[in-house]
Amino acid sequence: MNAPAYNFAYLDEQTKRMIRRAILKGIAIPGYQVPFASREMPMPYGWGTGGVQVTAAILGPGDTLKVIDQGADDTTNAVSIRQLFAKTAGVCTTTHTAEATVIQTRHRIPETKLGEDQVLVYQVPIPEPLRFLEPRETETRQMHAHADYGLMHVKLYEDIARHGHISTSYAYPVKVDGRYVMDPSPTPKFDNPKMNDCAALQLFGAGREKRIYAIPPHTTVVSLDFEDHPFEASRTQASCELCGADDSYLDEVITDDRGGRMFVCSDTDYCEARREARP
Amino acid sequence: MIAEAPLLVAEGLGKTYGRQLGCRDVSLALHEGEVLAVVGESGSGKSTLLHLLSAQLEPSVGRVLYRTRDGALRDLGEMTTAERKFLARTDWGFVHQDAAAGLRMAVSAGANVGERLMAVGARHYGRIRGAALDWLARVEIDPGRIDDAPRTFSGGMRQRLQIARNLVTKPRLVFMDEPTGGLDVSVQARLLDLLRGLVRELRLAAVVVTHDLAVARLLSHRMIVMKDGEVIEEGLTDQVLDDPREPYTQLLVSSVLPA
Repeated sequence: MNAPAYNFAYLDEQTKRMIRRAILKGIAIPGYQVPFASREMPMPYGWGTGGVQVTAAILGPGDTLKVIDQGADDTTNAVSIRQLFAKTAGVCTTTHTAEATVIQTRHRIPETKLGEDQVLVYQVPIPEPLRFLEPRETETRQMHAHADYGLMHVKLYEDIARHGHISTSYAYPVKVDGRYVMDPSPTPKFDNPKMNDCAALQLFGAGREKRIYAIPPHTTVVSLDFEDHPFEASRTQASCELCGADDSYLDEVITDDRGGRMFVCSDTDYCEARREARP
Repeated sequence: MIAEAPLLVAEGLGKTYGRQLGCRDVSLALHEGEVLAVVGESGSGKSTLLHLLSAQLEPSVGRVLYRTRDGALRDLGEMTTAERKFLARTDWGFVHQDAAAGLRMAVSAGANVGERLMAVGARHYGRIRGAALDWLARVEIDPGRIDDAPRTFSGGMRQRLQIARNLVTKPRLVFMDEPTGGLDVSVQARLLDLLRGLVRELRLAAVVVTHDLAVARLLSHRMIVMKDGEVIEEGLTDQVLDDPREPYTQLLVSSVLPA
């Protein structure tokens, strides 16, 4: 039998419609977690099952897909997901941020500014920003409904009381459109300012937790903080040793077992483009 | 001293749990700065009444009215949940018998006190911490313990911390459910002393549920006695305790072991 084994972009059309409805609702209520009937995907939970379903639901034949994992295009997870859609949807893939129409990401936002013809799809492990403060879903949903967010600041207070500054450095909570407090997925807080007034549509998919949420283009996204301890987008105070960038988010790479290390851009495409542009 | 319009009014309040009676036909009025004790034995409906008054339970019949800060007397049942929640964290306090139920045991004492401030929009760390330090001192907790979790506190300290946490937003009305239950006698005495001082100083109105008549005598201006879900006697505290009318109240008063 040579009949194609899979529908376009792997998921069946009914499922994609269901996911699109959740996405539309998410866009209509920025930052609100919309429950959806997450499917089993051919990969383990925690590898981006939510992001993959969102990507599958929005992908069209004319799209160009880029997938990054911690900023890199060449990690196993990124390569596999890119191949999955190259095979099941036949879409073009790219590693260049500017060329992509859909970018699926795990834990980073590309350094290159995104445009309004692009969609950024985040893989989210735990969508509930209040989860570690209040374990009961019944409670957290009510807290969101009543915008009862005092608890979120309790966590930041504890940070300062213990460490002298807000030590939360990733999954840093944000308030979207002045209403819902949202977990930006475990992106470093360095990336938080990029979410604000972003021209691209930002979609978030949590497969195991069965939640989708969204930030429409040009939405106000504010990182929570205190007046006397304002939010700071921190990064390692160093330059990339490959391209020399001093404005990008850096990864620390251990080079031997004698304490050798180097700092390089976490966004591989950004780093490569800078190196190519050099004379 | 007592203002004319009541702060909290209950009208014909009743609650049934299926066929089980919680309480029946309770009417009362509480004025600003007034402390009302609700006494009775286990199962007499006093906790049900406290939860009805504080809008944590919905009454089967009757209604509860509360005078908000703008002076309007409002039916709690007709408020939105969001409005009731807002009242509960600004205008009201609720002191649980078990401090663990009213505190976040895993976060520091300072954050416990500061939480209500942050919930109503305080966003200045220094000022929140200042208020927390001030309140720890007022409830006689060593300010050096501000960064310790209440897990590491004794029972009496936890209860005092719970009181600080409730009073930091300057509520007008505090509900207390057996505030001294489970504490040893000397700790009880200090806590009562503290509560009495704070209630007077802040002109708090309070509803105190207790089975301990000594607590009622020390704290309250008026008291009601409940039995089988109904109020069987009410009056000024000294009057009821010194000259009880109902046979059941007489029994209750005479059951207290002489110290």
